[in-house]
Amino acid sequence: MTTKDRQLPNLGGYFGQFGGKFVPETLIPALNELKQAYAETITDSDFQQQFLQLCRRYIGRPTPLYPAQQLSAKIGGATILLKREDLTHTGAHKINNALGQGLLAKYMGKTRIIAETGAGQHGVAVATVCAMLNLNCIVYMGEDDIKRQSSNVLKMKLLGAEVRPVSSGSRTLKDAINETIRDWVSNVHNTYYLLGSVVGPHPYPMIVRNFQSVIGQETKEQVRAMYHRLPDYLIACVGGGSNAIGLFHPFFNEKSVKFIGVEAAGQGLESNQHAASLIAGKVGVLHGAKSYLLQDRNGQILTTHSIAPGLDYPGVGPEHSYYTDIGRATYVAVTDTQALEGFRLLCSTEGIIPALEPAHAIYYTAKLATDLPQEQLIVINLSGRGDKDLEIACQAIGMES
Amino acid sequence: MSRIASIFRPDYKALIAYITVGYPNMSTTLEVASVLSNNGCDIIELGIPFSDPLADGVTIQKASYRALEQGITPQLCLEVAYQLHRKLATPLVFMTYYNPVFNFGVEAFCQAAATAGIDGLIIPDLPLEESTELEAITRKHYLDLIYLLAPTSTEKRIAMVANRSQGFIYLVSLTGVTGAREALPPELEGFVKRVRQKAQQPLCVGFGISTPEQARRVAKVADGVIVGSRLIQLMEEDATLSSLKAFVSSLREALS
Repeated sequence: MTTKDRQLPNLGGYFGQFGGKFVPETLIPALNELKQAYAETITDSDFQQQFLQLCRRYIGRPTPLYPAQQLSAKIGGATILLKREDLTHTGAHKINNALGQGLLAKYMGKTRIIAETGAGQHGVAVATVCAMLNLNCIVYMGEDDIKRQSSNVLKMKLLGAEVRPVSSGSRTLKDAINETIRDWVSNVHNTYYLLGSVVGPHPYPMIVRNFQSVIGQETKEQVRAMYHRLPDYLIACVGGGSNAIGLFHPFFNEKSVKFIGVEAAGQGLESNQHAASLIAGKVGVLHGAKSYLLQDRNGQILTTHSIAPGLDYPGVGPEHSYYTDIGRATYVAVTDTQALEGFRLLCSTEGIIPALEPAHAIYYTAKLATDLPQEQLIVINLSGRGDKDLEIACQAIGMES
Repeated sequence: MSRIASIFRPDYKALIAYITVGYPNMSTTLEVASVLSNNGCDIIELGIPFSDPLADGVTIQKASYRALEQGITPQLCLEVAYQLHRKLATPLVFMTYYNPVFNFGVEAFCQAAATAGIDGLIIPDLPLEESTELEAITRKHYLDLIYLLAPTSTEKRIAMVANRSQGFIYLVSLTGVTGAREALPPELEGFVKRVRQKAQQPLCVGFGISTPEQARRVAKVADGVIVGSRLIQLMEEDATLSSLKAFVSSLREALS
């Protein structure tokens, strides 16, 4: 923490003009309690030791940084490195935050854990951690998402979680978050809300970022050990934005390192069937924070579309809104079709099946890398593996079993 | 003294009604407002529907969704408010979430609301920490910004709201979302008394109130009773509005 920017959010939970805590009065004391408990755990060496030990022994950290030589050679430009979050326990970066917050809930003496999930990756991570820590777990999931991510629903149930279908609104992630907040308002005395991305009211964007920053910290050390220098580009997909902020944040003060966040352009930005909040959105307030949002001219939140369920969200973490406003990061968008191209490219060149979310980042990297010299180093956050997406992806590219 | 504050007087219990504008349609909203006004409601809360009403239970969620399907916008709500203001003497309050207001432009919204004859605003997802800008602008336009307190509110927060809320203070009866309940929590009286020690403003209790008996219990300690979800349910059950009218009259009687 060397400059002021690294110390954001400020005391009110703001990153520049973004963030805050726009929630009903009932929840304010709970948010303050959470902030206090989190601050205590930062200096609690037992807590930190337990977290680091479980990161190693349970999650499988540090995850490898893999030089993708075949992919780089095929593209014929910059050197591409993959941060292998897909190799963690449960197969996505979501587990880093679920573990950290699970331990925090335990520290606070909470016995009932609630969470929202879109694709089910966060839900599975929370159910996993709750099973291991012996906590009751309820996961809210939109009815439409339950249909398209049935394997994750089964996993959560196997792990002992109760999956509650959400039938309101668009029946996807945004509505699952609404329903989880309603549960929290009703059961705040014994319940911990384990939020899965860098969204929501303060202190969540800060807590989730800090637990995910292990990605960027490891990357920094690994690139240094291999190349004795910093990388030139960090590239990650952005839905709510937790895997991206986890990679970017530890490099904030390294001004030579460029950040690129890749949003979901769905069926195209002009189609209105997308989820590119930073590129096509307008500042507003949703789920407790001020940030860029996809909304109509009357301030009603729009339904979104992406082939990658984890990107299918009309908002984005407030810190990303700040990064775009100050020009620290660049945000681009990649369509469903392009993401599928990225998906196939990584399968065929490296023998790695990525999740559809980071497939967006792979596609964009392939385009960018072509025009760069080999000395340039690009790190992609390979935030999750593709098992959950096989059906959607194979159907979309017309492959039969 | 604001039109809202002037409703409250010693030995009188105010009845405050919430309806979602445009549910089930615009003409019903206008008709229901008259029924409410003519049957003993002292203040009418007009709900501007929002796509993601996270402080609301199923009843108001559905009403909001239906209203949005009808194409209700904040602009149309302002027009309805103006029509009601010309027709009825009852003070009117807008209740909505922050995003529609922010999107409209906070200054523009307050100015338009004041022009339409609105007397106050209730924004359930705008706690003290986030309301500085809106509060300054509401004062400029003589709108009461009505804050909410919950059973979880600390003494310090009660004191802060007591320092800032205008018109009245909205006490959330229970830790939960809006919606009719069979029973109100036993701690309710203690909560109202806790706020009373710090606040000069009238105290009105809402969330969960759905029977005259509950209203009578609340009125023993509070200055006003707020009903919403039960009214929406009655509008749904009986389109002639006679059940609604009978219910409102029974509440008024319970409060006398």
